[in-house]
Amino acid sequence: MANRQPAPDTPELRERWGNFAFNADYEAKAQKALARYPEGRKKSAVMPLLDLAQRQVGEETDTQGWLPLPVIEYVANYLDMPVIRVLEVATFYFMYNMTPVGKYHVQVCGTTPCMLRGSDDIIAACKKRGMKKGEVSEDGLWTLTEVECMGNCATAPMVQINDDNYEDLTPERLDAVLDALAKGEQPKTGTQEPGRHTSEPSGGPTTLKEMVSENHDYRGEW
Amino acid sequence: MSLADKDRIFTNLYGFQDWGLKAAQARGDWDDTKALLAKGQDSIIDDMKASGLRGRGGAGFPTGMKWSFMPKESKDGRPSFLVINADESEPGSCKDREIMRHDPHKLIEGALVAGFAMRARAAYIYIRGEYIREAETLQKAIDEAYDAGFIGKNACGSGYDYDVFLHRGAGAYICGEETALIESLEGKKGQPRLKPPFPAGAGLYGCPTTVNNVESIAVVPTILRRGPSWFASFGREKNDGTKLFQISGHVEKPCVVEEEMSIPFRELIERHCGGVRGGWDNLLAVIPGGSSVPLVPAEQIMDAPMDFDGLKELGSGLGTAAVIVMDKSTDIVRAISRISYFYKHESCGQCTPCREGTGWMWRVMKRLETGDADIDEIDMLQTVTKQVEGHTICALGDAAAWPIQGLIRHFRPELERRIAERGEAMAEAAE
Repeated sequence: MANRQPAPDTPELRERWGNFAFNADYEAKAQKALARYPEGRKKSAVMPLLDLAQRQVGEETDTQGWLPLPVIEYVANYLDMPVIRVLEVATFYFMYNMTPVGKYHVQVCGTTPCMLRGSDDIIAACKKRGMKKGEVSEDGLWTLTEVECMGNCATAPMVQINDDNYEDLTPERLDAVLDALAKGEQPKTGTQEPGRHTSEPSGGPTTLKEMVSENHDYRGEW
Repeated sequence: MSLADKDRIFTNLYGFQDWGLKAAQARGDWDDTKALLAKGQDSIIDDMKASGLRGRGGAGFPTGMKWSFMPKESKDGRPSFLVINADESEPGSCKDREIMRHDPHKLIEGALVAGFAMRARAAYIYIRGEYIREAETLQKAIDEAYDAGFIGKNACGSGYDYDVFLHRGAGAYICGEETALIESLEGKKGQPRLKPPFPAGAGLYGCPTTVNNVESIAVVPTILRRGPSWFASFGREKNDGTKLFQISGHVEKPCVVEEEMSIPFRELIERHCGGVRGGWDNLLAVIPGGSSVPLVPAEQIMDAPMDFDGLKELGSGLGTAAVIVMDKSTDIVRAISRISYFYKHESCGQCTPCREGTGWMWRVMKRLETGDADIDEIDMLQTVTKQVEGHTICALGDAAAWPIQGLIRHFRPELERRIAERGEAMAEAAE
């Protein structure tokens, strides 16, 4: 089990987050999420709402966002749920940040398929830049986390940074991505292997070659 | 003989072309879906049974039979639900991601047809939280399908009302277990439920529910269009169809590829992956079905058919067809101990053997990496895996036990060598 606890409940935390409420944009998104579940089942929306809350906190702090206790209480109140029920959801699922993170949350996959393709070197490259696991760097830009399999095994090793994946990494390619982010640029997402499109074999697909250049309809050959 | 492109279901697997509705229709999706529905519920289920499709999420249960467990009519007014398991989190697995970001309309059309066949009121697609861009694409595709009248009220003009909803997870491997997934969908921690009751009797919100993997659902429209005998013509008996293989690790060119079921391992790797890194003599072992199945040594897997029964005969399994290849440079003990860490991290904490056992097994595995153990501890570890296996509510306990059992079964001399070497080094240092 992942051992996760909420950040301490302090007067400063209350002062900063005690008045948290969804802004108009997030309120609309929350209502849309609620509409996906049947009458009387609004508790089902706790996961999307925690995600939205974390994202709004992120926008307000120029980070990926996290869930201070008063924000968790806000979501509980919003859904008419006991706070403990929301807190146990927030601490159970790994994507909810229980403590503040940097502007970029650098999540390096370290599970066996990535490990076999060199994720040790990727983690080492992050550390070489001064990142420490679970900490926010002094400039507020980075938080490093080693995560479990992210489902990009055929384009390993990979890192997920906030909402985007960067795959087929080497330490040099990772540095290029992080340098671009640090400069406020948006690097190319997905595979970093030159000439590779997604998860086809590097160098070009062995199947479905017609699809590379045209939206081929194979039904004529059935 | 190789599977021909015309017989591949996921023609936009690599996303060279647009995933959107117009492009998907040009490839054949949503082509007179009304006619598919007009076949009728029982006929669709019969076709699925005849196709031989076995669930693509890992367990390999016959899909058509699973659907037939759903009630034909609601005696108490409870609706039925189809829940699509898109929580793809098994280390090595990366196929459902490609379907959802590159061919999402196959999944949505399948959701309608499958849901109709099992008389469901709606589908919930539970996508793992880390698939952020994939969820954005899939939601846009769902919106497109609503706008076109393919789902929603009077779906495809069939007179059948059917909704498709997307629900994002938030980072918990255990939610790939069907009852944990249902708990999570209900807004709770994803901890598996005791069975019975089975989901087909009481699942989501206490209503009859079938949980199917993304790939199992996405292949349905093509199977119905081309006929069950077309699908069943691929693969060995009881291992029918085409399958998305995901090859990672020490091959020249890792990739995802749709191939005929039962393709021999060597052919799969030679044809699509440019061979094993350093040649076939350099192959050490393969985890053929995702991290929870036991590894298979090189000489046993080289010419084995990649299907449910072929890999079961080798004491392993096809799982999700996530093929993790390891060459002789691999620290095999570390490769497995990293998997042990994964299960320790992902145990939901509900059952004691798993909550305590996964941590205990990982700590011993960590010591075995460097040989910092007594020789007796290998047997002790084996005994503990047997105490965990079969003694938990869900299969995570088994999944944590099997990779270690596989390691001990096939690489015991390597474990003993490390212990002996360390012992000698310690003795020398003491002198």
